Order: sequence, then structure tokens, then C-alpha cells
Amino acid sequence: MAITKETVEYVTHLARIELEPKELEKLSRQLQGIVEFIDKLSGLNIKDVLPMSHALPINNVLRDDFPRESLPVQKALLNAPAKEGSFFVVPKIIE
Amino acid sequence: MELNTLTAHELIDLLKTKEVTCDRIAASLETRIKGIDSKVKAYVRLDKQKEFKNSGAPKPGSSSLEGIPVSIKDNICTEGYNTECCSNILTGFKPPYDATVIRKLKDAGASILESKTNMDEFAFGSSTENSYFGPTHNPWNLDCVPGGSSGGSAAAVAADEAILALGSDTGGSIRQPASFCSVVGLKPTYGRVSRYGLIAFASSLDQIGPITKDVTDSALLMNVISGYDPFDSTSINVSVPNYRLSLGQDIKGIKIGIPREYFIEGLDREVKIILEEAIRELKNQGVHSQEVSLPHTEYAVPVYYIIATAEASSNLARFDGVQYGFRANEPTRANLIEMYKKTREEGFGEEAKRRIILGTFALSHGYYDAYYLRALKVRTLIKEDFDKVFKDFDCIITPTSPTPAFKIGERMEDPLKMYLSDIYTISSNLAGIPAISVPCGFTKAGLPVGLQILAKPFNEEILFKVAHAYEQRTAWHKMKPKI
Repeated sequence: MAITKETVEYVTHLARIELEPKELEKLSRQLQGIVEFIDKLSGLNIKDVLPMSHALPINNVLRDDFPRESLPVQKALLNAPAKEGSFFVVPKIIE
Repeated sequence: MELNTLTAHELIDLLKTKEVTCDRIAASLETRIKGIDSKVKAYVRLDKQKEFKNSGAPKPGSSSLEGIPVSIKDNICTEGYNTECCSNILTGFKPPYDATVIRKLKDAGASILESKTNMDEFAFGSSTENSYFGPTHNPWNLDCVPGGSSGGSAAAVAADEAILALGSDTGGSIRQPASFCSVVGLKPTYGRVSRYGLIAFASSLDQIGPITKDVTDSALLMNVISGYDPFDSTSINVSVPNYRLSLGQDIKGIKIGIPREYFIEGLDREVKIILEEAIRELKNQGVHSQEVSLPHTEYAVPVYYIIATAEASSNLARFDGVQYGFRANEPTRANLIEMYKKTREEGFGEEAKRRIILGTFALSHGYYDAYYLRALKVRTLIKEDFDKVFKDFDCIITPTSPTPAFKIGERMEDPLKMYLSDIYTISSNLAGIPAISVPCGFTKAGLPVGLQILAKPFNEEILFKVAHAYEQRTAWHKMKPKI
């Protein structure tokens, strides 16, 4: 399928990445090539095949529900680019 | 004697008889790193950090690696030491906890180098050229790439700047660089080694594994890092054998499949000849080999680049300038979304952006069924190919990479060509099976070639058995690059 500039713009917005117009154009071209390559899969008959999201047959792994120590707040905040007291600081989100 | 040139098992023997001390081993490595890393660039942030931190005596019940230095890829969390995935977006990140593999190494008494090994940013790449810190150089030819993404770990071991190293493998990132640098690299069965503290690329494919100078060291390191971990819900609770017991065994009668789809156009002529010679050597030791078919091989790369990028786009959503690492400096911006976008634009390199966007595309409304879901179905077919072969065969042998190491810069402008360098390693990640790469020769230009052995899930033992038997009869692993 054809990858338009609009598709790439839409997807970069979803991915929360800003791109310069020049970068966007280059990426659209490269994605077109990659998508043509992966379109190879459309030729296969997969009607009765089940999808595999995981290589080993494990699911619903549960653990005992008991309280244990977790990361202390100050330690969790150590790497924050902006913090105040026990909070991460972000740009204002509510007017 | 240059201690840095020895293997871990040789050093352990010398430590036992008190012929050497831990400090002398560390000093010898430090001298080597100081002497040549400006050429190889296997380590990052070396100017600030290069100390070895001793962990002291091993805990009772742990396998011992007392005093043995281990070098760690930059995507495995080490408490208090920078772990940045060689990405600008994680600049300055000091994990508040150790990965399970690091805790296990410390329990075994290993010493951990503060400086980490170079890698493609977030493990996105096959050449270590996508590192924020610049490329690593192949010790066998400094103009060539060391492979990737664990190129720093493989080059460090090959150049005797490391005794043991850990890498991670999502589509070949341990085995392909091991092959390019003439060292031993193992990707364990999915679920064999805990991923807790490994900064996630593609959660259904990632595994941590050893990069070592020989097969014995690989078994030694696997004895320490393997096993169930309640902190990783995808690690599997099955008992771990003593892998050293697989060494030195007779391999007579072992049945080996040679997949015809791996010996086709695109495979370098010299690599093919070297591989055939290696298979002859195994036959001399009594293995039975036969051509087999893995019919869906040609779909592995497209399936991988959908699944791996889809998982990556989801995993890397957490890098948004809020909890850790880099935030774009835009004091006038009041909008949160704009802050995210600017931070991710400046924080991620080109390949990371490409993969996040491709993965977001494969998961987005309208394309999910055509790409992501279809890829998951073809993944089933690829796994079934292996299941069928393993009904009749103990292992499969292939080249690790279709070509020897390529020149730095050669494939950077063509992402698709770069992706195809993983064509022989990707399938085992999709199928979750273990695979090892061992040195098996050199091209006329002096570049290393690797032999890959694959086996059923949780059958690393047969990999060690065959790899060790091969290694005993060849001297490739003893060759050293001249730097």
C-alpha cells in the first residue's frame, strides 16, 4: 500500500514525535520501502492460523496478593527532570 | 602473563591456587582498556567511570564468579551506575535498582564494571552505529562494524577488554556481533533468564545472554544468570541444569538439520564454504546431518519488523520527559503534548524514531489487522516449522549472518538492507528457541565467520554439547585480533 505524507503525519502525532518537514519527507520515503517489503506477508494463506503473541504457552500468571515494600517516593523521584516535594512536575494540563 | 587475555574459567583456576588476585585481574583489564579503547570504543562514558566494583564473597549456594569482572550492556539496569541505552533520552539515568541478572552476578561475587558497553540506541540496529555515543569499531578491522546491537560487549570480549560480558538479543543482537567479532554468543530460550531490569525493546522477543571467549565461559555465566524470577512474569519456573556438565561430551549420533532456505542467494560465498567445512568437522565427530526445510523462513524478517517495532512503540511510550532522563528545554511551552513531542524529537535518534513510527503505524486503527495481527499469525507458522524439524532432529545448524562484518557507514542510509543482516537470527526469537553462535573461521580478508546452532526450548544443553565438541577440535576461538 502507499504511505502518504498525511498517514505519516497522523502516525507521528499518535507516537508523540515532532518531525521537521525534511525529516518527515525522508521518513515517508523509507517507510514506503519498508511497508512494500512487509506487504510480502499478504500473499500467505493464514485463514485458519491462530495468532501467537508469545512464544511459550503461559498465560494469566498470578502471584500471591501480599503487601511488600515498594520503591520509596524519594528514590522514585531521583531521576525526574523536574520535581517538587513528592511530585513530578509537568506543564499545566488543566485551565 | 596478560591476565586480561584469559578466560573466566582459566582465571578461576588461577584464583583458586592463589597464583593471581582479583585486583591484578582488574588492573590488567584497566590497562588494556586505557591502551586500546580509544580505537575500539567498546565502552561508553569511560572518561567518568571505569572502576570495577567488587561484590565480595559469593553468597552460599551461588555459583562462584568471585573476583571475575563482567562487562554489562548499557540497557541492563545497574543500581546507581548510569544506564542510558546509549540514547540521549536517558541521559543521566541512574537506576534505583539492579536487574535480576546483576543481583545474581553480585551474589556470585563477580565484579561489575561501572562503565557500560556500547550498543545501538535501545538495541535498534545491527551495527552499533545507532549509538548516541558514536560507533564501536570491529577489533578485527577497525573500519568495520562489530555487529549489533550488543556490539560493545562483543568487541570488548574480542579485544580482551573484558573477561565476560552480558548482551541482549531481540533479533540476533548477541549472536550477530559475536559472529562478527569471533566470540561466543548465546541467546537463551525465551523465559530462561529474567528480563527484570532489562530496559524493554520488544517484550515477547528480548532475552539477556552471555558473550564470552569460549563455550565453557558461556556455560559458566549461564549457570549464574538463568532461572525463574518472580519479578518477571514471563520467566519460566523450570529447573536449571548445571550447564558445565554438557561440556566434554561425545556428540556421536546427534541428528543435525541443515535448513535449505538458509543457503540461498544473499549468502556470501566465502561464508558458505567456511560453514560447509565446519559441518564436515562435526560429521567427522559422528553427527548425522541432513537437509531440512523451514518453509516460512523468507517471512521472518517482515514478521519481525512488524512485531518488534509494534512492541517497541508501546514500550518506549514511557520516555516522555516526566519520570526520568531528558526533557526538552522549552520553558515557554505550556502544553503537555507539545512537551512530549519536543522531548521525543530531541531525545530519540533517527532509527529509534523510525521504529517507533513504524510500530505505531502497524498498531494503528485501520492497519492493525492487515499488519500486526497478520504478523502474529505468520509467527505461528514460523514456530510450527521449527516444531516439525525438532520432532526428528536434535538441533539445526546455519550461518549466524549471511555476510562477514561490513564497513562502517555502508548500510546506514538503507534501513531495509540493514534489517536483512538479521535474516538468520530473527526466527529463533520469534519461535522463542535458544541459539548459540561460535567462531568457525575467517574470510580471506581476515574477517570472522560464525556458526549458529539452534535447539528446542529449554535445551541449551545440546547447544553447549555440540558447540564445545566443535570448539575442542578447532582453534578459531584462540585467535586474537591485532589492534
